[in-house]
Amino acid sequence: MVKKVLKALTGAECVAEAMRQINPDVVAAYPITPQTPIMHAFSQFVADGKVDTEFVTVESEHSAMSATVGASAAGSRAMTATSSNGLALMWEVVHIAASTRLPIVMNVVNRALSGPINIHCDHSDSMGCRDAGWIQLYSETGEEAYHNTIMAVRIAEHPDVLLPVMVCQDGFITSHSVETSEILDDETVKNFIGEHNGHHPLLKTENPVTVGPLDLFDYYFEHKRQQLDAMERAKPIIQSIFDEFGAIVGRKIEFFEPYMLDDAEEAVICLSSSCGTLRHVVDELRKQGRKVGLLKVRVFRPFDQNKLAEMIRHIPVVGVMDRSASFGAFGGPVFMEVRNAIADESQKPLTVNYIYGLGGREFTVEQAKQVFDELRQVRESGNPGIKVRTLGVRE
Amino acid sequence: MVTENHDKKGWKEIPIGGIIEEAGNAERYKTGTWRSFRPVHHPEKCTNCMICWVNCPDTAIKAGDVNSPDKGLVGKNDDPNLANFGGFDYEHCKGCGICAAVCPTKAIDMHPETEFLDKEGEE
Ligand code: SF4
Ligand code: SF4
Repeated sequence: MVKKVLKALTGAECVAEAMRQINPDVVAAYPITPQTPIMHAFSQFVADGKVDTEFVTVESEHSAMSATVGASAAGSRAMTATSSNGLALMWEVVHIAASTRLPIVMNVVNRALSGPINIHCDHSDSMGCRDAGWIQLYSETGEEAYHNTIMAVRIAEHPDVLLPVMVCQDGFITSHSVETSEILDDETVKNFIGEHNGHHPLLKTENPVTVGPLDLFDYYFEHKRQQLDAMERAKPIIQSIFDEFGAIVGRKIEFFEPYMLDDAEEAVICLSSSCGTLRHVVDELRKQGRKVGLLKVRVFRPFDQNKLAEMIRHIPVVGVMDRSASFGAFGGPVFMEVRNAIADESQKPLTVNYIYGLGGREFTVEQAKQVFDELRQVRESGNPGIKVRTLGVRE
Repeated sequence: MVTENHDKKGWKEIPIGGIIEEAGNAERYKTGTWRSFRPVHHPEKCTNCMICWVNCPDTAIKAGDVNSPDKGLVGKNDDPNLANFGGFDYEHCKGCGICAAVCPTKAIDMHPETEFLDKEGEE
């Protein structure tokens, strides 16, 4: 019998709650704002004996990811969390985790990368490692971060996937804001994630294996080919885990979550907390008779280009929101994926990219309205004009 | 050099994650092909102390018995309970020179592989 309780929790506390219920064998972490409250809450669970976790307090994020990699290779269920420069310091080991095919779950509380030093939200940290070989789930709310964290364990450990999963939520906006979240009972979560049987665990001494050996021109490429395949194979598996968990929590969970898209003349594609603001504005504009819609990206890696193309090909104009910049590229990371996904469609939307919210710059209702107004102009004129625009920056 | 290695296994046939499922198969990896300097042993200076054997990172120094044709000629080398210098395993010796550096009697010196190339006409 599934029991659900409503609790007033921050996004960080939601993730700590998920971690308590997952009860990982090993957690290795180093504090960094705005991730710190996750590990603050989780270390309290450790101190109170509410989890059996071996909690390793390391001296840097490089060591946090290294210890997590070691623990996972040994066969344990291992987790960590970080933000911004912490993720940057983990960088080389982040790639090693993926290429060693270790089912690690890491919460990333999105924060701008330095410099100049900034502690507030943008997606430059996780978008910076979008090619690292991790599955990436983005969360609009604390409750979604809770759901994503639980599902991430199942996705990562699926024998046909075996890839690490990054669960992202917006720094401060989500991590430090209290909202009501529906929390499942411990037994339901425990049953959903099941037992962890490591893939070739190092500690299984009757079957010794070597992990992390030298791999030169003769086999490295074959291992990369396997990683490409694993991402592709993960797509239907992720959706089936979404469906299974969605039935428990009573929600439809998808790679791309549409809102008022069917008859939309202008739509915006976005991820994480800004979707809340945009949905509010879609409602307001709909009341005025404007045909506007929203598409929320929940899974950024693997990016399901076919599904996306199917969902947006009929819309005349699409605005793509990027909370990070790819300097010197044609638009931000989300824009590049979206354009790529529709490139071969015979009927496709005009697209405009908005770089917004860098370093925690507030994304306002007015900005969201400006986006929809500009998209309408593009539709009426048939001319996208400047394709990559910045939003909310002073001239 | 053949870069596509058609004689090797394809991506669907090998274990994922770069794992090696078989223990102890490093022996099949011939690190000897990396060598640009070759250790050369001088039995007349060698005491069979086996310090080189302990220090070689590739276990490329062999332990011999009293009948080892390569054994050192200095010191107690006729005791059947003690190992004697047993020569180099050139298939695995990568030419690092550690044995030459640690040998207390300088019974090993390093020679460029080109010297042997000229003499023996090896490739
Ligand atoms: S040169 Fe290095 S690898 Fe070769 S025998 Fe001496 S110590 Fe071993
Ligand atoms: S270290 Fe020198 S003296 Fe000792 S066994 Fe090796 S070659 Fe002989």
